[in-house]
Amino acid sequence: MPMRETFLTTTERIVDADPDVALVLADISAAQFADVARRHPDRVINVGIREQLLVSAGAGLALAGLRPIVHTFPPFLVERAFEQIKLDFSHQDVGGVLVSWGASYDMSTAGRTHQSPGDVALIDSLPGWTVHVPGHPEEARRLLLESIPGDGRVYLRLSAQENASPHLGVGFTRVRFGSSGVVVAVGPVLDRVLRATAGLDVTVLYASTIRPFDGAGLRSAVLSAAPSVVLVEPYLAGTSASWVAEALSDVPHRLRSLGVRRDAEVRMYGGIADHDLAHGLDAGSLGLSIREFLGE
Amino acid sequence: MTTMTAPGYADLPRLISLMTGDEKHHAAAESTLDVLWVLYDRVLDVTPESFREPGRDRFLLSKGHGPMAYYAVLTAKGFIAEAELPTWSDPVSRLGYHPDRRRVPGVEISSGSLGHGLPIAFGTALGLRARGLTRAKVVTLVGDAELDEGSNHEAIVVAAREGLENLTTVVVDNQSSTHGWPDGIARRFAVEGWETRTVSGRDHDALYDAFTTAHPGRPLAVVAVVEPKE
Repeated sequence: MPMRETFLTTTERIVDADPDVALVLADISAAQFADVARRHPDRVINVGIREQLLVSAGAGLALAGLRPIVHTFPPFLVERAFEQIKLDFSHQDVGGVLVSWGASYDMSTAGRTHQSPGDVALIDSLPGWTVHVPGHPEEARRLLLESIPGDGRVYLRLSAQENASPHLGVGFTRVRFGSSGVVVAVGPVLDRVLRATAGLDVTVLYASTIRPFDGAGLRSAVLSAAPSVVLVEPYLAGTSASWVAEALSDVPHRLRSLGVRRDAEVRMYGGIADHDLAHGLDAGSLGLSIREFLGE
Repeated sequence: MTTMTAPGYADLPRLISLMTGDEKHHAAAESTLDVLWVLYDRVLDVTPESFREPGRDRFLLSKGHGPMAYYAVLTAKGFIAEAELPTWSDPVSRLGYHPDRRRVPGVEISSGSLGHGLPIAFGTALGLRARGLTRAKVVTLVGDAELDEGSNHEAIVVAAREGLENLTTVVVDNQSSTHGWPDGIARRFAVEGWETRTVSGRDHDALYDAFTTAHPGRPLAVVAVVEPKE
């Protein structure tokens, strides 16, 4: 079952089981949630195409003591309603679980309006958020379930792209050991990174939770290899670069950040694979970039 | 002047002038003063002892600028110590030009950016209903110029469709909206299904009646008209 459907079924079970959870929608996925909305009309609210209200209502529900799950596509959730996230969740200091599906260019034929490579960078401008970028539906399911208890602020970024198998763990896990550098793969790019680094003597780290940033895990890996770091993120290139620099502030190192390009807006339709190519995020392009950086 | 009894309405200009240093008659001209007083004195069931109770009434000041009248009323009702008022806007003060809910007891939301209070109040009213706390009122105060923000209109529509009887919006109308509201502010609410009442924002009994007369099955909008902003 793909990540989006996993989210739909898991959320439905959460709302059925936990009377303290509310689900707020802005038409997106409302049809799929119609049954659970009929069962719990007070806790499943579709505000229509109103993203400011979507986010503010989630915060208001939190102020009344509920745990809100707030969901739509990422440009409308994070970019359009960013001030509501900043003020109504962060500044009010209330918790919630924001869940987007669509990532940087999952809706590859929809054009720029439905693409959101900057969402993690925007959330990253606010302190204290947990950011999950699952690379497999089973990771998404686990991370969603783990996000419900407590009152933290969580951004769960779901995607149509996924790896062949889940990697469940906290912080960075070492998927491959090597000595000539450290390649960091976040979420759905892992399988491509593994293909791109086949035959290279590098450590590959993986994380589906990128905030908080596991600086200690990165540092430990870098200290046992050549201090050349390649950061591969499925959103805006270099989004985690400042965290890498912070973790390695006393370790002389080199860093190459790969991700969705910042230098130009890519105006194209086509498939997700076409966008991967355009941003250098396919296995072949990643292999070339990594080898060039490592001097191999 | 020191009084042994609890401060009342007559003390508000003095409390405001502790912050502003202005003359008392100027402080009395605060557009929100009478609405805030009637709410905290006669309408809202919330005290310094109960303001953390889940079933308390909630007041969300959306128009966060010019909060002196708000601080004065909270002081009169015992949420803030009078001695704290002269620290207003000092580096060490909890009382800023925009209220901070994390710092001031009894303040339900931190406001300042316009157009956030009503949408948040919508969510809180939904949440209280979902939790079965149906007797708790949620009252939010907005300005007529603040209604320019489109986020309010997102909430006005859906609050009415949800039949949020526990939600009240009071619009303090000092005719300061740049482009105005032809045919009146109440119409914007009424057309969506709100109960609307337009009263003098200086008439305490009229405000009390507007806030407390039943409006079953629908949210309530009170338009409190005050003198035009100079």
